[in-house]
Amino acid sequence: MPETVFAPWSDPDARPLIRFQNVTKRFGDFTAIHDLTLDIFEREFFALLGPSGCGKTTLMRMLAGFETPTSGRIELAGKDIVPVPPNKRAVNMMFQSYALFPHLSVWDNIAFGLRRDNMAKDAIDRRVDEMLKLTRLGRFARRKPHQISGGQRQRVALARSLAKAPKLLLLDEPLGALDAKLRQDTQFELMDIQEKTGTTFVIVTHDQEEAMTVASRIAVMDQGEVIQIATPDKIYEEPESVYVADFIGDVNLIEGRASAHGEGRFRIDWAEGQQPLIAASRLEFAAGQQCHLAIRPEKIAISAERPSDADNAVQGRVHDIAYLGNLSTYHVELPTGAIVKAQTANTRRISRRDFTWEDPVWLSWTATAGVLLAN
Amino acid sequence: MNRLSWFNTVSLTLGFAFLYIPMIILIVFSFNESKLVTVWAGFSTRWYGELMQNQAFLSAAWVTLKVAVFSSTIATVLGTMAAYVLVRGGRFMGRTLFSGMIYAPLVMPEVITGLSLLLLFIGIGLDRGVLTIVLAHTTFSMCYVSVVVSSRLVTFDRSLEEAALDLGCSPIQAFGLVTLPIIAPAVISGWLLAFTLSLDDLVIASFTSGPSSTTLPIKIFSAVRLGVSPEINALSTIMIGIVTVGVITASLVTKRASIRQRREEQEAARA
Ligand SMILES: Nc1ncnc2c1ncn2[C@@H]1O[C@H](COP(=O)(O)OP(=O)(O)OP(=O)(O)O)[C@@H](O)[C@H]1O
Ligand SMILES: [Mg+2]
Repeated sequence: MPETVFAPWSDPDARPLIRFQNVTKRFGDFTAIHDLTLDIFEREFFALLGPSGCGKTTLMRMLAGFETPTSGRIELAGKDIVPVPPNKRAVNMMFQSYALFPHLSVWDNIAFGLRRDNMAKDAIDRRVDEMLKLTRLGRFARRKPHQISGGQRQRVALARSLAKAPKLLLLDEPLGALDAKLRQDTQFELMDIQEKTGTTFVIVTHDQEEAMTVASRIAVMDQGEVIQIATPDKIYEEPESVYVADFIGDVNLIEGRASAHGEGRFRIDWAEGQQPLIAASRLEFAAGQQCHLAIRPEKIAISAERPSDADNAVQGRVHDIAYLGNLSTYHVELPTGAIVKAQTANTRRISRRDFTWEDPVWLSWTATAGVLLAN
Repeated sequence: MNRLSWFNTVSLTLGFAFLYIPMIILIVFSFNESKLVTVWAGFSTRWYGELMQNQAFLSAAWVTLKVAVFSSTIATVLGTMAAYVLVRGGRFMGRTLFSGMIYAPLVMPEVITGLSLLLLFIGIGLDRGVLTIVLAHTTFSMCYVSVVVSSRLVTFDRSLEEAALDLGCSPIQAFGLVTLPIIAPAVISGWLLAFTLSLDDLVIASFTSGPSSTTLPIKIFSAVRLGVSPEINALSTIMIGIVTVGVITASLVTKRASIRQRREEQEAARA
């Protein structure tokens, strides 16, 4: 399969499907969204990630038309949609609570939006059947929503919002109610549907793994502001702030003072009597500037002897071991009292593990393994 | 099944006796042969036959029925609309005042409501008749409907309406296609409540009725003042019968619906 890179966000000529321009939303004197600017492109699978109450749902509701921004502009395909009522927008939303109509059968729920468009009867039949097949709900078409399981309900909600082939589909925590296995299946199903239909998806999720799996780009939010928007790998590997590094995945944060150390490299003095750490960075740091070195546990190697060629090495004692099946995370206590986590793949059986509690070990990583972040 | 203790048995018997003995006496004496209400002279359905010949009672019954149907229907429409706006309208000027005011007729003495309506009708020169009773009954039963419907709307999941809008409904379509079918049981019981209220209202009707439009309660009340006749017992027995059949039918319908729903859920769980 030839790999074509899908990255309209890095193309200066690409026109976004959705454009938030300096959007602010206040409820009374509480600011839920603060001066937010954001572009989402056609065919994107865009994930909104952030702690509870940061304004994700509010953002979605403004796109769907249930909330009006206090100030700013929201464009859909170049047109200002703020004055357009929800029923006139080519946007469909899958509600966090599914919001299935309890008095209608699964079939009628899916047909509901199509009927509003005065579609011909047989065209509706065909479209609904197509949706039932896509979401594998054919057997339940005649049931009422209270007669099917939670996972099936969720698929009905998805089918209903997809049926009208909207330009934009909004999914507010669509998989929250599913167990891990079904959740994973559905994630792949969603990606599949997105590829087949070419719809632009915006998804809200609490689950960062889910965002990583499905999204083309992720926006990390905090208190009504977007902190960083980037592809999942960039968000993970190159977070631009301590907040993002800490929010996504597991991370070790080592605080220190930076000073230049050759071309694009910095020396970090992080503790009395400890050897300084070396880290590469494209950012500039003034001499003595406060900074954080963020480094993922899986990028730290653990060994019994000091590795001779490592850029950074610190010694410690195994404080705790978290066994995760495929991985083990070693919590290593440094002489300073700080805990650093190192993760290794369990390629051997557990009984053949190299280290155990209280063992003295060396932790090592390269200069490019971590990210140096200003405070 | 547990046996009731003697204390429970006694209180149950006393309570039910209190409730039903007057009605049972009334029903028994409606089948009395004698014209004297308090003397039993053998079984007969004579008074029922005579009732059917009594034009005054029959026309009063017809007026009552017309008034009850029209006023409860109008009250249901207006009361549902009022409830919808008060629950869903969001914050608008004077909302608290309105929602307080809509319940005022619930606590207003009926005599005052009747009197003020009478003054209004005289003031605007409206001749008293069926129309004025319908208007009066609509006025006071509307707030009952609105109480019943708004208590349902408060627990109604707002996102269902939003989903309807999202799928292309205008707000009016969303109400008609989603909200109304779901709150229908509350609307129907509101209608039934308004219907019964209108059926047995005496005070307000006597203020607002005209000579040509006597309702059944007024007719009974004025007849009783001339002495209780077995005919009235017969009429009351018929009314008790109608109400009983109505109540039993309603409870059977709801019970059947809940049984069906449970069965469907079990089938769904098995599938
Ligand atoms: N109608 C409203 N009136 C007042 N405040 C509101 C309203 N809707 C949302 N808020 C506030 O706005 C903030 C953002 O809410 P929002 O629902 O967008 O959060 P969220 O990011 O979706 O959270 P969660 O992940 O818990 O769903 C919250 O602090 C919330 O209390
Ligand atoms: Mg939310």
